Amino acid sequence: MSSPIVKLVAQRIALGILLLLAVSVLIFAGTQILPGDVAQAILGQSATPESLANLREQLGLNDPAYIRYFRWLGGILTGDLGTAMSSGQDIATSIKGRLWNTLFLAFWAAVVAVPLAIILGLIAVRYRNGWVDKLISGLALASTSFPEFFVGYVLVFFFAVQHQWFPAISTVYDGMPFGERIQAIALPAAALTLVVLAHMMRMTRAAILNVMQSAYVETAELKGLSAFAVIRRHAFPNAIAPIINVVMLNLAYLIVGVVVVEVIFVYPGMGQYLVDHVTKRDVPVVQAVGLIFAAVYISLNIIADIAAIIANPRLRHPK
Amino acid sequence: MADKQPKPGQPKPGQPKSGVLLDIRNLRIEATVYPPGEAPKNIVLVHDVSLTLEKGKVLGLIGESGAGKSTIGLSSMGYGRGGVRITGGEVILNGRDILKGGNEGFRKLRGREVCYVAQSAAAAFNPAHRLMDQVVEAALLHGTATRAEAEKRAVALFKKLSLPNPESIGERFPHQVSGGQLQRVMTAMALCSEPDLIVFDEPTTALDVTTQIDVLAAIKDAIRDTHVAALYITHDLAVVAQVSDEIMVLRHGRLVEWGGTRQIIKEPRQEYTNALVSVHEIEHQEQKPGTSPFLSVKNITAAYGRSHIKVLKNVSIDIFPGQTLAVVGESGSGKSTLARAITGLLPPEQGTVTFDGRPLANRLADRPKEDLRQLQMIYQMADVAMNPRQTVGTIIGRPLEFYFGLRGRQRDARVAELLDKIEMGKGYVDRYPAELSGGQKQRVCIARSLAAKPKLIICDEVTSALDPLVAHGILELLLGLQKEENVAYLFITHDLATVKSIADSIAVMYRGEVVRYGAKSTVLTPPFDAYTDLLLSSVPEMEIGWLEKAIKGRRMASAGN
Repeated sequence: MSSPIVKLVAQRIALGILLLLAVSVLIFAGTQILPGDVAQAILGQSATPESLANLREQLGLNDPAYIRYFRWLGGILTGDLGTAMSSGQDIATSIKGRLWNTLFLAFWAAVVAVPLAIILGLIAVRYRNGWVDKLISGLALASTSFPEFFVGYVLVFFFAVQHQWFPAISTVYDGMPFGERIQAIALPAAALTLVVLAHMMRMTRAAILNVMQSAYVETAELKGLSAFAVIRRHAFPNAIAPIINVVMLNLAYLIVGVVVVEVIFVYPGMGQYLVDHVTKRDVPVVQAVGLIFAAVYISLNIIADIAAIIANPRLRHPK
Repeated sequence: MADKQPKPGQPKPGQPKSGVLLDIRNLRIEATVYPPGEAPKNIVLVHDVSLTLEKGKVLGLIGESGAGKSTIGLSSMGYGRGGVRITGGEVILNGRDILKGGNEGFRKLRGREVCYVAQSAAAAFNPAHRLMDQVVEAALLHGTATRAEAEKRAVALFKKLSLPNPESIGERFPHQVSGGQLQRVMTAMALCSEPDLIVFDEPTTALDVTTQIDVLAAIKDAIRDTHVAALYITHDLAVVAQVSDEIMVLRHGRLVEWGGTRQIIKEPRQEYTNALVSVHEIEHQEQKPGTSPFLSVKNITAAYGRSHIKVLKNVSIDIFPGQTLAVVGESGSGKSTLARAITGLLPPEQGTVTFDGRPLANRLADRPKEDLRQLQMIYQMADVAMNPRQTVGTIIGRPLEFYFGLRGRQRDARVAELLDKIEMGKGYVDRYPAELSGGQKQRVCIARSLAAKPKLIICDEVTSALDPLVAHGILELLLGLQKEENVAYLFITHDLATVKSIADSIAVMYRGEVVRYGAKSTVLTPPFDAYTDLLLSSVPEMEIGWLEKAIKGRRMASAGN
């Protein structure tokens, strides 16, 4: 790899790390501004001032904020996310299984949604402005316009209640066979696919149509290539950067934005975990989950940036 | 050659002669336009044009923009750009009417029987693929060769077109190769699938004059050696005279005249052809430089950003009141950068610009309004230099309000006066730029710059985007205005004919330096330095055999190829 690419990629990664640090400061500061503190939350309203003071001393809450921030950050960097107040459990241990579940769901939703969106986008360009294009766009926009809970319940109604093909509640447990696990997540994955499909499809279509105006597309047509070969071989490779960008945004949404879908299907993932602990005002858990979501979001965007840089032949092959 | 003379618009009925490759009969091409706020309407782009082309011959299609040259050329591949439709006539290629073949038929013929060379190879190559993959693509698609055979042929063609490193240039990406080289690679791409016909659509127009001559020679040799037939589309008669056996003159989608190359350029029969052929040099008596220049550029050095590559190196010029200094050179020589330095858009790193005996501030933002008024600019693309949502009246009136505070009736009167000066009349006040022709747009830009009553107008390639006859009108207008208003011009151009018509003195720029500077008569009189010689000898002349003579007589190879 040549030097301009290495430099640009290093810049993006450094920026990402910086951004993540800034987010961690915000998350930490946000929880400090809220009224009450951890000691108060643990002991409840009826606690005596003495016991509060003792606990604060014990938890190190009397130290200045920046020391507590670095203690928290240091813990995270060494894999210690702290202890949940509501249950007293180690957060890292309870998150591990749930993060895995969320990633599993997001992965299979993406495996279906991304190729489907791109292929539909290519087909829409091939038959642009014809009825095929309008049908694809119409259906995709309709599925996106419905709120996730609506799509989720419609799926449950048809495929779980009327036909009983898939379970309405996505229960998964450790050691569950792969096939059963896939069957369990089929409906939430379908709901997520329908939600993210249109955005990626429309952007693929727009990005390729933009490239279709280029002189080199005319050159390809004048070589006698079929309409689909022109799109696939000559238009698509030049539209890849914006497409990767929108795909990554949607992948991030699949991981970070699954809260509603996980709650509908009672799926034991990060979203549900977060919602549970927000209701319990369990600040350490909310902090940890927030930071993980931020990390996922930022990393996927860095990957999108890097992919766009690598996709550019001018950067890959400098003069 | 000149004895074969089918009459315009009347193709010979009956069987095509043996040896006829392409026979277009009564071609009619239409397009639907969608004027804003009006119902869509049909316009006819090509009216009833017929032509025949024998195997291995070259027919030049020539005309101004809108003449239908490209449209006719592309019709031989059954292709219409952006909703253009062939609505009548026959296009008979190798004995069969290709218009009856439908899309499937077109695909089989494109890239195999007929190939296309576009005006801007830089835009016509896909930036995402290596050159070789694109060059052999059509041959592989149509199964005329295996990959190995096609690549071997491509390398042989690269050699024939005298590309550097023919063995390895195919491994490069389009952005790694210069514009002149790309144009040759595109010619190789067209030849690679061994077609019967190539459509060259202005293949050298986007190149520098010194690069054009080499590419033209390469294309001519390749056509001769491969015995391919060609439709050569261009607006430049001198160029087409070098490569064509016959020339067809088109105007507004109609055939004007068709004949052998010698007959068209030596004995044109139609008045329009005659107008195209005759040399449009304006007799311009050079004025002797006055005693003191009002604008003086001293030892300017400039670079973009923090780059250590100097775009201007130690440039000094003087401009005298009411006179024209022409700055000539090829693209990248620093002509426009000089204009940017003088106007303050690009503050120079070293050197000064003196105006009326006092130094001008380097940065645009530091210059008082009065200094801004004295220096005006006109651009190559009049289209994009005007706000499309403002009327001509607003566009010309703006400097009147801004510099002189004119309002209401006073302003309108002055706008009318300026419109009169550019020979356009009051009727245009309420028009929008989109409703004007290219030449009219440039006239409005001239009026806008005159409205400020400047001492100097910088004209940056103002006639380059215009058809020759329209450009001629603009030059005459500029000369007339110079006499009336005593305004000076800094006239940036790559076109030496224009320079001869308008300049009092000339600065020749090459790679950021002024290599030759002085009164027009001195600069254009031998002995020349090597670069000026190359520049002057590269300008196509309307003379059969000029190309070979010019190539032979060169002292210096052009840099851009």
